[in-house]
Amino acid sequence: MSLVAGGPVIPNFGQGSRCEQTNGWWCTDWLHAHWGDTLQPALVQHVELSAIAVGIGFALALVLALAGFRFRLLDAPIGFFADFLYTIPSLALFQLLVPLTGLTVTTVEIALVSYTLLILYRNMIEGLRAVPTDALEAARGMGLTRFQTLVRVELPLAVPAIVAGLRIASVSTISIATVAAFVIPQGLGNPIFIALRQDLFKTEILAAGGLAVALALTADALLALTQRVLTPWSRA
Amino acid sequence: MTKTAAELVFDEATKRYGDGDPAVDRLSLTVPAGEICVLVGPSGGGKTTALKLVNRLIELTSGDIRIDGRSIADVDVTALRREIGYVIQQVGLFPHMTVEANIGTVPRLFGRSKSWIATRSQELLELVGLDRSYGKRYPAQLSGGERQRVGLARALAADPPLMLMDEPFGAIDPIVRTRLQDEFLRLQAEVRKTVVFVTHDIDEAIKIGDRIAILRRGGTLAQYDTPATILARPADDFVAEFVGADRALKALALRTVGELELRESRDGGPLVSRETTLRDALALLIAEHAQSVVVTDGNGTRLGSLTREDILG
Repeated sequence: MSLVAGGPVIPNFGQGSRCEQTNGWWCTDWLHAHWGDTLQPALVQHVELSAIAVGIGFALALVLALAGFRFRLLDAPIGFFADFLYTIPSLALFQLLVPLTGLTVTTVEIALVSYTLLILYRNMIEGLRAVPTDALEAARGMGLTRFQTLVRVELPLAVPAIVAGLRIASVSTISIATVAAFVIPQGLGNPIFIALRQDLFKTEILAAGGLAVALALTADALLALTQRVLTPWSRA
Repeated sequence: MTKTAAELVFDEATKRYGDGDPAVDRLSLTVPAGEICVLVGPSGGGKTTALKLVNRLIELTSGDIRIDGRSIADVDVTALRREIGYVIQQVGLFPHMTVEANIGTVPRLFGRSKSWIATRSQELLELVGLDRSYGKRYPAQLSGGERQRVGLARALAADPPLMLMDEPFGAIDPIVRTRLQDEFLRLQAEVRKTVVFVTHDIDEAIKIGDRIAILRRGGTLAQYDTPATILARPADDFVAEFVGADRALKALALRTVGELELRESRDGGPLVSRETTLRDALALLIAEHAQSVVVTDGNGTRLGSLTREDILG
């Protein structure tokens, strides 16, 4: 079974500029010519794939973390399950899923979400557990219900740990999402994959890879900024 | 919020964990409305347990506790806690909330508006001796003493008729602690709450308490009385030992020179103000090898003098 679902062939490889013909490291004319039809769409797809994966992963991990936090017995099995998912090599996981969900976005998202769970879950649980006991005793003594304590005290105090988890999960998802090109012709992995097949066209590999790195760094910086805004108290 | 203070009754209150010895054993005492009852005793005496029985952080095994005649078992537990101010040694301020939001915790549970809370927190900051600008700060920006003041303001926010204070000044350095004790007494003279105050420090108990309950190991009540009575007539050897061999001196600390009848005398001697305790006056006499102290009023006018014999009664 082919892992590649008919990606578009770069039409002008071998017949473009001199830089392209000699497989140069950084062919600006190629970049200009193919930003619109190759790199930009791939970047947008990559953002979508990653954002959906981190979003769903966040929601799932939050539910699991609240369950594991409230019912301590659940923590070990949930942690083990997330551990297990995390250890499956991504290529193998894609392969395993294809017979079930086909060469689809669903396959990619299932795999990507699986990889976010461990990091997000562990950080959320640790963040919730690190809430100072004196604050909890005060909350209880003042008559906050369990739910009020969770929403007004525990979750806000866990925000730094939760965002720390989100940052790692986002960066690693953006990185792993390049492998999605083995399943669907989407994301920044796609141009890399095509360039690999076409005598290792260096400019394209570098450009797409560079965009993935830049995207990861941007996401990381945005989340760091979000945390500063959300937790003015942590700088006090 | 009409009632300012409630009467608190422990009625054979008992807490037992499993089949073990009780932590609090048939504790019966009444704290009249508006008075400070200090629970004091050695560790293992069950004083903190007794305190936490009141707001049901720990549930009674048997017996009853009544606030203004109403059994705590008959009240919804969160409603009960919202009507009782609670101050703990580690303060337990919420680090992610400003001082104002911390103070507003319970009023917010009662559905008070933002502006009501802002006004109230300003009032309370003033009451506990902090500048109004503290409202916008975070707990991490405060010193230990300031945090405990905010803790006290937070406990007072919903104007509860009863306050539970669990070693509130225990983690604060001695100089600040003395100041906080003095300010707490000044504040109590203003708000007149019923207060249950736990400490392991007998000197603090004598200073703070209108009444002192001394608990012995095993959670039984050894004596419940005013500080003066406990110092003058300890119920048994345990109490006598607990209050210390210097109990006569401690008793002197309960009265000020202004309460005694002064002699007309031209004798010289060290000057003391009317608010000086008999203990401090005596200490001064000893230190200065003097025969008498001269008592003055706030303006330095000489009111009269006291000899050692006057002080020792």
